[in-house]
Amino acid sequence: MSSPKNNLHEQVKLHRKNVFLEFLGSMNLAISILVVLAIASVIGTVLQQNQPYNSYIIKFGPFWHEVYQTLGLYDVYSAVWFLVLLGFLVLSTSVCVYRNTPVMLREMRQFRLRAKQKSLLSMKHSSHWQVDAAKNTKEYILQKAKLYLGQFGFQVKDEAFEKHHTLVARKGGINRVGYILTHVGIVVICIGGLIDGNLSLKVKEWLGTIKVEQRDLTAKDVPAISRLKPGESVSFRGSITLPEGSTSNFVFLNVRDGYLVQELPFAVELKNFRVEHYESGQPKSFESDLIIHDKERKNFAATISVNHPLIYRGYAIYQASFGDGGSELDLQIRPFFVKPLKGNKAQQLAIKGEVSKSKTVKTPQGNYTLEFSDFKKFNIFPNTDKDSRKQFTNYGPSIIFKARDESGQAREYVNYMSPIKLEGRYFFLSGMRESVDQDYKYLHIPIDANATMERFFKFHEIINDDARVLQMARATVASNIKAEDKTNTKMQQQVATAMVRLVGLFRKGGYVAIDKDIQAKVPKEKQLTVARAYMGVLQTALENMYLLVLREEGLDVIKGISKRDGTFFEDAVSAMAGLGYYGTPFYLQLTDFTQRDASGLQIARAPGKNIVYLGCVLLIIGVFMMFYIAQQRFWLMIVREDGGENFDIIFAGNTNRNEFGFNKRYRLFAEQLKALLTDK
Amino acid sequence: MSENILPQQFQQQSWVKHLTIFDWLYAVAMLVGCVYAYNEYASYMDEYEIGILFLTGASLVGLGWAWKPFRLLFIIVAALSLIAINIYNPAMQALASEGITGQTAIDVLTDDSEKSKFFLKFLISSTSATMWMSALFFMATITYFIELFGRSEFAGKVATAMVWSAVTMGLVGLMVRWFESYLVGSDVGHIPVSNLYEVFILFAIITAMIYLYYEVRYETRAMGGFVLLIISASIGFLLWYHFDKGASEIKPLVPALQSYWMKIHVPANFVGYGAFALASMIGIAFLIKERALRKNPAGLLASRLPATDILDDVMYKSIALGFAFFTIATVLGAMWAAEAWGGYWSWDPKETWALIVWLNYAAWLHMRFTKGWRGAPMAWWAVIGLFVTTFAFLGVNMFLSGLHSYGEL
Ligand code: HEM
Repeated sequence: MSSPKNNLHEQVKLHRKNVFLEFLGSMNLAISILVVLAIASVIGTVLQQNQPYNSYIIKFGPFWHEVYQTLGLYDVYSAVWFLVLLGFLVLSTSVCVYRNTPVMLREMRQFRLRAKQKSLLSMKHSSHWQVDAAKNTKEYILQKAKLYLGQFGFQVKDEAFEKHHTLVARKGGINRVGYILTHVGIVVICIGGLIDGNLSLKVKEWLGTIKVEQRDLTAKDVPAISRLKPGESVSFRGSITLPEGSTSNFVFLNVRDGYLVQELPFAVELKNFRVEHYESGQPKSFESDLIIHDKERKNFAATISVNHPLIYRGYAIYQASFGDGGSELDLQIRPFFVKPLKGNKAQQLAIKGEVSKSKTVKTPQGNYTLEFSDFKKFNIFPNTDKDSRKQFTNYGPSIIFKARDESGQAREYVNYMSPIKLEGRYFFLSGMRESVDQDYKYLHIPIDANATMERFFKFHEIINDDARVLQMARATVASNIKAEDKTNTKMQQQVATAMVRLVGLFRKGGYVAIDKDIQAKVPKEKQLTVARAYMGVLQTALENMYLLVLREEGLDVIKGISKRDGTFFEDAVSAMAGLGYYGTPFYLQLTDFTQRDASGLQIARAPGKNIVYLGCVLLIIGVFMMFYIAQQRFWLMIVREDGGENFDIIFAGNTNRNEFGFNKRYRLFAEQLKALLTDK
Repeated sequence: MSENILPQQFQQQSWVKHLTIFDWLYAVAMLVGCVYAYNEYASYMDEYEIGILFLTGASLVGLGWAWKPFRLLFIIVAALSLIAINIYNPAMQALASEGITGQTAIDVLTDDSEKSKFFLKFLISSTSATMWMSALFFMATITYFIELFGRSEFAGKVATAMVWSAVTMGLVGLMVRWFESYLVGSDVGHIPVSNLYEVFILFAIITAMIYLYYEVRYETRAMGGFVLLIISASIGFLLWYHFDKGASEIKPLVPALQSYWMKIHVPANFVGYGAFALASMIGIAFLIKERALRKNPAGLLASRLPATDILDDVMYKSIALGFAFFTIATVLGAMWAAEAWGGYWSWDPKETWALIVWLNYAAWLHMRFTKGWRGAPMAWWAVIGLFVTTFAFLGVNMFLSGLHSYGEL
């Protein structure tokens, strides 16, 4: 008691090392880490990782974006705190193994012959009985017990003590090895994972020897500080899109909101790319024929496909995706505007486009930039046949592009190359949407007898030609007018002007524009009547202009027009009614194409993989050993009091797994041993 | 008696001697089956799949030897499936000559037209068999509770028979579906573990089989109703998915799923999910029992439910089984990912949630083994585990995006 403080101090000093190890290897720490890791992992799945930073700012606002970014929540699994947690898990598990292994190995080897009578009697599975000493010898009992327990695969050992003799049968010590394998397995997996993680990259970034590139550059313009030499990173996983016929000796590594260029010690050329499709149009398989160019070795060809990568010099080359590699497109601009017409030639302009490139078109309404984003050689959609059975129809090639006006606003279009059958008629379809989360709204352009759009555009041209509209209006009024009104030129003038104005409104905004006009100018109670009258006038005007088109085609319209031409009129008018909302002042027609595929490759190097797999094997074997091999021990103690007539037999057992099954076994053993040993 | 020979009644027979003629016949039948399947379908398989075929045969022999009722189950399932195939084959050929093939032909054979086949329409086409399974599981759930509260042993036996029948029909449904998928198109055919609809059937079957094993092992039917509740819930989902979303349609596989890995990864996973689900339901039974013992020790619940230490034991065994298989499944998944996506671990949401589930149960096992926790807290934890597991199984597909894009809702 002289100096408790000092004493304590001494103790702490003595045990400091142990206390620290104790803490690291403690179960509480281990379980806490397991739980915290699980929770941390949740964050990374709920918050989409590694998105462009802009989309985060939009989602969370600048303040929280800053907070989340600082906490590393956009890339949780390589955040420092996450790695530290993993490090602690490895450390804790290692310490745990380090401390437990010697104890367990010792326990495995021990038989525990020295167990005391009292402790045996107090075991959960314990019983005792007596055997007549006159009829049995101790050796005979031991012999039989050994034989009996031995046949169940127990290792048996016995030892004579002063007053008693103890026999121990044990089995399943390997259960302990299971513990070691499991936990060593975890450590090994983590080490392998660490090798394949991007820690070295992170360190280089900290040291400033590497800088993530954020600009949109072509690979050869990327400065050296954002490039990694072959072998400079132990492990990586990058991707590249290779158009057919092109070669690359680098891949891009996505890092947060930027990228790095990882150079390869060889070059990969894409010779040919193939996609096969199911009847439903879904891709069935895709594969790439590659040629590997290696200065140090011979070039060779290889084919890869999904689930069948090529492993070369420790690099694995995977078929990841596919896309368009810059298909060449032949296009026609078919304007919805009327330039001063030279003669009556149809207005159109041929241009060439290429997927993932853009092209600017000049129009009287300003310049439009066409950004071609995709070309599809076919489009298969499910529908039902006449027996309402499901079938698939191919709608043929299509292009997807964005048209950006001078203010920077873009709409997305999908245009089909061939006419598509809908309700018995064929149309050229063009889908338009203002943003990607909308559905396309379609413009349906009906086809003429030659399966072209010529008639539609002819019709459109006439409607948009002010001079011809006026001429038509006058003629219409003149022919429809009653004889007595013939002289009223003022009224004729008025009707003709109204007709021209209605056509003008229709051109601009379809029926909606006319409706708005009525609502703005006509008193409410008269609106319906006026609307009916307007529709009649408009209909007549459009019909007459359509007849002009037919006449110009050389048809004899006096005999009346065919049902088909009639339907065409209706379809054409409803298409034109929607043109005001179509967005571009022209229709872009795909006339021909040369397809060029691109293959999305992923190239990875993961030298830690085999270490991880080794760890997995240890883990799996260990887990099964731990669960399904129970450590079992039975004690048979033979006691003979000095001069006693009987041997006292104590039979006890314990296990560390499966108490329930063990209990059954214990009872069987106890019963049979009792019968066997007291038998004669 | 000679010195080192035990009297007969105390001699343990080696396990080989325990095998009956039936065991051997079963093994031979299995071998014949594998060889037959090999001859018939080898052209569809790669070398790994051939390996998997024979390893599956061997494991089924092992399973049948270790768990005797499985032998009969297997033989009935095989027989019914073969019957279905033998009805399908000539009927499909007849229809093909009229120009009707694929899914359409299957529909004709199972719908209300004159050309439909009675057995296919009402019994053993994959859809009918699955419906039978569903109905039987629902009925078994109710019957188990009748047994529990009505103290009716007969009801108990009926319930057990229903579960066995449900498992049989479920397995027949899957086997026939496998065959049907090849009828839809030879390039469409694939093992029926590729989408949510199919794995839900698998989940119900596996959970029920694990339960049936414990039912005999622990000689009590009192857990049946509880376990069947979760199975019924999954069947409810399955039916909704079928009728509301038309999910039972056989669809071709996306390229990433065309791999032999799927054949082992998915079933291993579902042993895990099934076992975890079972453990959680036992956890609920445990909590109810404990509460009953506290509130009303003489009451029906307290007397009818199994002893708490039995429940505790089943709970542990089930979680251990689940953990072991989940470990295998996750490792297999990683190996598959390495081959298909170019990295064995990409922190994809599905992968990450598998890890979360795994860490959760690792923590559970540590608590039990190193801290000696038992009873109510562990039961609660097992119940919470069900939510974690369900999220990994379903929630990820519903709410999160990632590479595991099969079976979106
Ligand atoms: C991811 C990390 C870990 C995993 C997956 C893991 C897994 C396991 C498993 C499955 C068991 C078997 C439980 C049973 O027998 O039913 C176990 C037991 C055990 N673990 Fe861990 N473990 C991990 C980390 C640790 C750590 C860090 C420690 C040290 C504090 C530890 C100490 C133990 C001990 C002492 C046992 C009991 C062995 C016995 O008594 O049989 N484990 N572990």
